[in-house]
Amino acid sequence: MITGFLLNGFDTRARIVVAILVAIALLVPAANLYLPADHPLHVPTYAVTLMGKYFAYALLALAVDLVWGYCGILSLGHGAFFALGGYAMGMYLMRQIGTRGVYADPILPDFMVFLNWKELPWFWYGFDMFWFAALMVLLVPGALAFVFGWFAFRSRVTGVYLSIITQALTYALLLAFFRNDMGFGGNNGLTDFKDILGYNVQADTTRATLFALTVLFLALAFFIASAIARSKLGKVLVGVRDAESRTRFLGYRVENYKLFVWTLSAMMAGVAGALYVPQVGIINPSEFAPANSIEAVIWVAVGGRGTLIGPIVGAVAVNFGKTWFTGVLPELWLFALGALFIVVTLFLPKGIVGTVQAFWANRRRPATPAALAAEPAE
Amino acid sequence: MTDKAAGTLLYLDGVNKAFDGFKAINNLSLVLEPGEMRAIIGPNGAGKTTMMDIITGKTKPDTGDVLFEGSTDLTRLDEAKIANLGIGRKFQKPTVFESHTVEDNIVLALKAKRGAFATLFHQTTKAEAARVDELLATTRLTDKRAMLAARLSHGQKQWLEIGMLLAQEPRLLLVDEPAAGMTDAETAETALLLKEIAKTQSVVVVEHDMTFVRDLGVKVTVLHEGSVLAEGSLDVVSSNPKVVEVYLGR
Repeated sequence: MITGFLLNGFDTRARIVVAILVAIALLVPAANLYLPADHPLHVPTYAVTLMGKYFAYALLALAVDLVWGYCGILSLGHGAFFALGGYAMGMYLMRQIGTRGVYADPILPDFMVFLNWKELPWFWYGFDMFWFAALMVLLVPGALAFVFGWFAFRSRVTGVYLSIITQALTYALLLAFFRNDMGFGGNNGLTDFKDILGYNVQADTTRATLFALTVLFLALAFFIASAIARSKLGKVLVGVRDAESRTRFLGYRVENYKLFVWTLSAMMAGVAGALYVPQVGIINPSEFAPANSIEAVIWVAVGGRGTLIGPIVGAVAVNFGKTWFTGVLPELWLFALGALFIVVTLFLPKGIVGTVQAFWANRRRPATPAALAAEPAE
Repeated sequence: MTDKAAGTLLYLDGVNKAFDGFKAINNLSLVLEPGEMRAIIGPNGAGKTTMMDIITGKTKPDTGDVLFEGSTDLTRLDEAKIANLGIGRKFQKPTVFESHTVEDNIVLALKAKRGAFATLFHQTTKAEAARVDELLATTRLTDKRAMLAARLSHGQKQWLEIGMLLAQEPRLLLVDEPAAGMTDAETAETALLLKEIAKTQSVVVVEHDMTFVRDLGVKVTVLHEGSVLAEGSLDVVSSNPKVVEVYLGR
């Protein structure tokens, strides 16, 4: 049963993408660690970390695409799940600092000593253990998404209204995490990490390993998403996206389907956040900013909604562009991003990957179903 | 539960539904026997679609009984439950999954477990594949099976939707204006298709097209302002002076 489901998802295209990702996960760290610094193919450590960040974003984009591209739920708040996963990892990293903090308290992180707290709040318990933090990376975003989705989908909140509520959700969390007495470091967030599982987070080998793990998790998520998209459930999701009432009158309980994919997507976003934090070295409330979630939607739109490869391409390409652009003309980046969104919406409604796929499909035979199956109807 | 409902397939009694004071359904009563095919006609705003919405759980009536098979109270169930009881519905505007192939449209409609996890791990069985072939043949879409539903003609979409209804193996089919926008030839074929279906299932057809209703040759219920105006064969109701006045306008 489960093997059938997994084999189903492992079609040629999924195999190629997974193979490329695994190759990236192995070759980039190797080029960083084993090639001498003056070698033309040497990848400097800062570039490894920067790309690791892009691939964490790509995982977030993939999560957004799973709900938006396949189920038609436009989430403008996926950054919240990303940030919660990030905070869970950040809490583990804070507890690892131990006596090496400024105040050298063996238990309390610096900001708590600074706030004059005497003991660790209950919700920080367990975060000194990696397995517990890793579990929370999945469970906290998952539980929030489940509760949120349970109410929203049961009440049949859809379309723009749902998008606005997701936006409000991330904004509310932004405000909450800004408060010092929330116990998550307030405005400054969590930073100054020392090591992860005993390895120095600044070391080249750790950074290379984190990069490899990020890309491997992306490959795993891609594989899972691909298996889901090809399963009968994936077809029901596309049915919900294109004709929700038809799906309902066929006897499918639409809210359960939405809830399943929504919760899964939030957990993927959480993993992305957890991989992001040790690489950038900080997590603070600005990760909850509504603009971040909107940016993730733009990556998906640019790459190609409903294609699975699209969000990966979109996230890496747009963020590469952002790094370059903010170096050259920093104050104009948001204008460029807005312009990009307008251009893509007007001239490339299927995104980069969707357009290429449609082009190939037309060349081979007039519109093969496989290439168009995931094409959004609106 | 009323005894009068015993032995009926669908039993509506004293159903009322108002939208912001406008009485869409006004003390409507309608009884359908198992295996019966019924045509429902009526001018625009007579409450035909609202009646379908009430039967399929999309709209809850303000008062009245809506019973399926004499005992199941449909007003307490939602769309998915009612669909799984065996009531299929075709919309006025053909509603198929446009970005799926014709075949996948049928596969999604096939009677099977509807839970999310059962669906996630579902593998198409031989019996299901055979059933899909059979339904594609019934709806004359076998050569279009790999085509995206979006590329079908209007009439073919109507048939595909009827095929999807059949795939659910319903006991009652509600069909809203199946002949709308069809050519004369397609309309005649649709009438044949529905008559074929009515041999094994109960069917309620809402229709404007009088030629089509005549082709069906079944008992007709005339709705007007949310209640039943007349009932009987097409010849009987069309000679009823009240019907002539409000609907036929002659």
